[in-house]
Amino acid sequence: MRNFAFLIVGILFGIILTKSEAISWFRIHEMFRFESFHMYGIIGTAVVLGALGLLLMKRSRVKTLDGNEVSYKGMQYNLTRHVLAGSIFGLGWALVGSCPGPMYILVGHGYWIVLVILLSAIVGTFVYGVFGQKLPH
Amino acid sequence: MVQGFIDQISQPWHWAVSGAAIAGIVFLMTWMGRSFGVSTSFKGWCSLLGAGRRFKFFQMDLKDELWRFMFVIGAVIGGVIAVSFLRSPEPVDISAATVEYLGGLGIDYPAADHKMLGFFPTSLFNFSNITGLLLAVAGGFLVGFGARYGQGCTSGHAITGLSHLQVQSLLTVIGFFIGGLVMTHLLFPLFV
Repeated sequence: MRNFAFLIVGILFGIILTKSEAISWFRIHEMFRFESFHMYGIIGTAVVLGALGLLLMKRSRVKTLDGNEVSYKGMQYNLTRHVLAGSIFGLGWALVGSCPGPMYILVGHGYWIVLVILLSAIVGTFVYGVFGQKLPH
Repeated sequence: MVQGFIDQISQPWHWAVSGAAIAGIVFLMTWMGRSFGVSTSFKGWCSLLGAGRRFKFFQMDLKDELWRFMFVIGAVIGGVIAVSFLRSPEPVDISAATVEYLGGLGIDYPAADHKMLGFFPTSLFNFSNITGLLLAVAGGFLVGFGARYGQGCTSGHAITGLSHLQVQSLLTVIGFFIGGLVMTHLLFPLFV
């Protein structure tokens, strides 16, 4: 039942990212050229409100549906890894103008070429899983 | 009244409304006991296709990932609904400076998107343009590889991780921008 509820959350996510225009290749290009505030406004608002809300959830010890308090399991710190991995991702993000969420949504929009991007991203994930352990972790 | 509401939300949303709505998704998923993140679904698909039989990295309990499969399938459906019923009357209002710059690279806005929505430059990325096809494959690969190496993408780090005040996520997001700026300003103009 809860898994089905996530289908609804996904639908909301698809609609929100479409109407926010965050799925637009042009918006991403514009963002990296610093020629519009739009994307910075979206991410900034989401992070500020997100941080406040999560802080409130942690402080008020609100229980999740699993009955747990809100917590976050951070990853192990490794400067090289964070910056290097981020840069690899960023090269791809700026090129195809879509990160993983928008890839799914753009397919829903009927941009069939994005299926190639999505499949290639799955291949990239596979190659990391096979060879990636050799990189700094 | 329903039509009025649909017309209302069919307009492009202000960035503050969009940001608040995305924060709402983070809260909803946190309350539902899950952490908002999309790229892990790629690992899930690899596992579903049997990659876990040969490679330990892909060994995961797929029952625990069912919610994420549902979420990304929902995202596709959300895209279908948005384009079918909530279409904006005009293409995305990209800044004049970007439009002019892209025009210089031969990417005419908004005509470069055959759907005239301003979402994706199909004049570059299409099945009959070998350059675009190669760029699509390369870009997708980098996104998938980088996201897994960094343990997350925009949703997991730039939104969720930063909201949890994670320095690891901040460094990863700085990486996103290093790569993104190099691609946009140095490499992309050479490719097209």
